[in-house]
Amino acid sequence: MGERKGMEIALAAAEAAALCRPDVVAAYPITPNTHVPEHLANIVSEGKLDAEYICVESEHSALSACMGASGAGARVFTATSSQGLLYMAEIMSIASSMRLPVVMALGNRALSGPLNIWNDHSDIMSQRDTGWISLFASHGQEVIDMIIQAFRIAEDADVLLPINVNLDGFQLTHVVEVMDFPSQSEVDAFLPAYKPFASLHPDHPCSMGTLGLPEIYSEATKAREVAIVNSRKTILKVWAEWEKAFGRRYEPVESYKMEGAQEAIMTMGSMGETAEIAIDALREKGIPVGLLKLKLWRPFPYEDVRKAAKGLKSLLVLDRAVSFGGPGGPVASEVRSSLYGETDRPAITNYIFGLGGRDVAVEDFIKMFEKMRSGDKKRSKDQYEFYGVRGE
Amino acid sequence: MVEFRWHGRGGQGAVTSVELLALAAIGEGKYAQGFPSFGPERRGAPVAAFNRVDSERIRIRSGVYRPDVVVVLDEGLIGLVNLTEGLKEDGVLIVNTSKKAADVMKILNYSGAIATVDATSIAWKELGVPITNTTMLGAVVKVTNIVGLSAMDDPVEHRFGKIASKNIAAMKQAFKEVKIK
Repeated sequence: MGERKGMEIALAAAEAAALCRPDVVAAYPITPNTHVPEHLANIVSEGKLDAEYICVESEHSALSACMGASGAGARVFTATSSQGLLYMAEIMSIASSMRLPVVMALGNRALSGPLNIWNDHSDIMSQRDTGWISLFASHGQEVIDMIIQAFRIAEDADVLLPINVNLDGFQLTHVVEVMDFPSQSEVDAFLPAYKPFASLHPDHPCSMGTLGLPEIYSEATKAREVAIVNSRKTILKVWAEWEKAFGRRYEPVESYKMEGAQEAIMTMGSMGETAEIAIDALREKGIPVGLLKLKLWRPFPYEDVRKAAKGLKSLLVLDRAVSFGGPGGPVASEVRSSLYGETDRPAITNYIFGLGGRDVAVEDFIKMFEKMRSGDKKRSKDQYEFYGVRGE
Repeated sequence: MVEFRWHGRGGQGAVTSVELLALAAIGEGKYAQGFPSFGPERRGAPVAAFNRVDSERIRIRSGVYRPDVVVVLDEGLIGLVNLTEGLKEDGVLIVNTSKKAADVMKILNYSGAIATVDATSIAWKELGVPITNTTMLGAVVKVTNIVGLSAMDDPVEHRFGKIASKNIAAMKQAFKEVKIK
């Protein structure tokens, strides 16, 4: 049986990774995710986990070491944030191209500059198109659950892709709260040993990461796209099994108080928790509004978004990153693309908020909702706007 | 839900306090959060840390703006930091000080509930260092009744190992000595 325990969520992420018995951990500490590799290093040094902990000199090396080990058939884990992820950028696409199931805990933090260590989603958005599966956790329990699920999903023979589990820096990484920790035997039963499709071994030579001439590059790229699109089936299967084993339900788009809703707010990450309280307050006033929480970022759950938006008059999509000079927030862009072909679709408003650790209170969600409703005509043509920014 | 804001200086263990209080509440079957003020902390500079404790699952992830309880670990912060900012009208201020409560209230221009204890003297005596984070937990437990005093034992023992008993003794002493006005 699992155990109900209070712990800092970053430490819990490390504990969850350890429960998955990785063979190799390679990571470089970076705020706000430092405690994840630090705690894993402790777990290994105390002999509680039989793994190679590689003290690398950079994130570039961390991901490279993970890929080498994964190529040799090892189960691997890494963790990083922000600039650390950018330092991995050169290798991110290679990991997915080589179909290596690296699991990463990404403590989301704003990109510099200006230099900022606090939370938003600009780090993962900068690596959005590198072929990794991306899950978003909204509280500590989901961090534990998603890390364990991540190994199952990534290593599935039908998937074989790297995966990142996103946990908001500070808002999640630095909070002590209560979580249910599955037991080792429960995790062992859920997560079988990794069986690589191919591995680097002197007895069975093979090549990985070879040159892709123009004659093959398009085919290789399409194969990777097909793989990540198809991973959806495995993700849903793994989530269904998780619910059976642990009783906790996971969906690509989670609904909160959507019964009879004519309007809805959509969030991704830990802000969804605070937004729930705002929804409660609005519902109490008799406003039929609900909340949609995006848990699966890649592959993007187009069909789930279409289903969730059906019958809505308006949808307020909240983003914690900017696509500079582009169509606003990355989440809203995907939502708009999902719904463009629908005849019955809600009006979409997109606010960018909570950047670089700007705190967002319950009242802010209510204000954003009211702002959307006020239908400011001057701005109605805008693709998006910033919320709560001084100097407007 | 009861919300706490702890004021201390970097190195005085405010973050440890919120962790221990959260773990004690969780140990009693409650729900709790403990978290630092997010960002870099400098030794000696004023810092804050926060708790939320509730009988139901806590969903809110924003900062604490309207605390029910404000705890002050360092007397030197009186008059330096706005200690009563956002404190609810029926909230309570718990201060480590050798001053009289009335004097603290005068400096802070504060007329709400206050509890005082000379935690620095207790910490010197019991621990041999002027670090008051565990000592003040005793005062907080007495004033707020947020957990039973014995609920602190497990988290403190787990955290401090060999020196846990000294910390528990200091905590119990503050529990006894704290004056509620």
